[in-house]
Amino acid sequence: MTQQPQEPDAVNTLSVDSVSFSFGVKAALNQVTFSVQPGETVFLLGPNGAGKSTLFSLISGLYKPTSGTVSVSDANAGTPKALSQLGIVFQSDTLDPDLSIADNLHYYAALHGLSTKIAHERIAACIAPFELSERLKEKVRTLNGGHRRRVDIARALMHQPRLLLLDEPTVGLDIPTRSALTQRLQSLASTLNCAVLWATHLADEVRDSDRIVLLHEGSIHGDANATKLMQSFQSRSVEEMMNAVMLQTTAINE
Amino acid sequence: MSITHAWRAFRGVLGRELKRFVRQRERFIAALVRPLVWLVIFAAGFRAALGLSIIEPYETYITYEIYVVPGLIGMIQLFNGMQSSLSMVYDQEMGSMRVLLTAPLPRWFLLLSKLAAGVVVSLLQIAAFLVFVALMQVDIPFNKLWLALPAMILSGFMLGALGLLISSVIKQLENFAGVMNFVIFPMFFLSSALYPIWKMQESSDILAMLCTLNPFTHAIELIRFAIYGQFNGIATLVVLGCTAVFFLLANWSYNPARRFRASRTAVR
Repeated sequence: MTQQPQEPDAVNTLSVDSVSFSFGVKAALNQVTFSVQPGETVFLLGPNGAGKSTLFSLISGLYKPTSGTVSVSDANAGTPKALSQLGIVFQSDTLDPDLSIADNLHYYAALHGLSTKIAHERIAACIAPFELSERLKEKVRTLNGGHRRRVDIARALMHQPRLLLLDEPTVGLDIPTRSALTQRLQSLASTLNCAVLWATHLADEVRDSDRIVLLHEGSIHGDANATKLMQSFQSRSVEEMMNAVMLQTTAINE
Repeated sequence: MSITHAWRAFRGVLGRELKRFVRQRERFIAALVRPLVWLVIFAAGFRAALGLSIIEPYETYITYEIYVVPGLIGMIQLFNGMQSSLSMVYDQEMGSMRVLLTAPLPRWFLLLSKLAAGVVVSLLQIAAFLVFVALMQVDIPFNKLWLALPAMILSGFMLGALGLLISSVIKQLENFAGVMNFVIFPMFFLSSALYPIWKMQESSDILAMLCTLNPFTHAIELIRFAIYGQFNGIATLVVLGCTAVFFLLANWSYNPARRFRASRTAVR
């Protein structure tokens, strides 16, 4: 098991320090510690129920940790200062289906304090890479899942965040759409001027050079690039490594 | 929180509520038809059955239609408050509430913006209703109606804050039927909206006391007095106090951690 040394670093875009969280008596996260550097892309990899969305809810201030601290660029998670630096793509649909794409984006821009003029400019700039510029006036209800995801991502980038949280952005999409969106996101992540924390349970979304934080049953089981992690688990693929972690945990629990 | 940011965010929340209101024509029609049914049909029947003596703020005998107008204005705001509440529960189920609650502004301000936007929508519904009241030649002092605007804003805030509080407690849309049975109907019928409290007292002292204790009664009396350019101090204090209590409780209860904890969709 590989664990990156965790030095307190004032410039970390995200610091998750000894965070535990439980739903009543059920522990969801246990002493989770990792950080994300400016501009870095990190995959939070784990099967369903690993605690990925719970961790995202803690980072976005929707939950408060039972113990430990979460900070975004040195601001406590959930505070306006921290939230202003976060772009969040939630796993579930959060667009208003009765409003047009443009209305949804203008609403978000207003919540982030952007003027109408800047909002227009940012909407044009953020939606263009997703090839939806011609469809801004269409109601979200008329879009398919893949297009809604694109709007979600464009929206999360509008206020130029320092950290983009992607919570299983391809979940629920058919295979060709998922594959196209994954490629688009991977290319976007390398060009964006912000850090990306990408939660997924799909091993094929991770490339060998990507840094992975491996989460299972609320605990971190590894934090390194994919190649190193696979070596430490003596696995030939990321998927095999995930299976190994799950088997290992099951054996310990038994 | 900068004032510019707060203003832009409020404008965004208000714009979204107005767009949704305009696009949900059924909601607008229902909001208008409900009080008009009371004014046109029920008032015709009640007029014969219900004799009204001179009561404050009226200076003479009045027809039932005149009496019931402030109550129906209150009815519009009561149902609008509950509709806003329903739409917030819907937003939570659909996930769009997360977008609002992760905006970089204090939660109390975001909830207050939602509340104020709901009040604006209720005022538009009232304006449309008053056009019909005028067309029906109900003899209320239309030239003094602007004096009642602050009262309507205040009562709108109180009923909206109640809706906000209810939305923070209700977990699923399915549970909203209970709100109709246990909040809206008792609040409406146990008030001075449809009949003066002294009329109720002729039937039951307990029911009359419940009417007096009902904050909705005070919201209606605040509006009734204001329409005639009179200030009702007790009603103002009760409405102000209830607004503050409902909003503070809603803000406290609107702890996303507590709310989303119940939803397994958030826990992966």
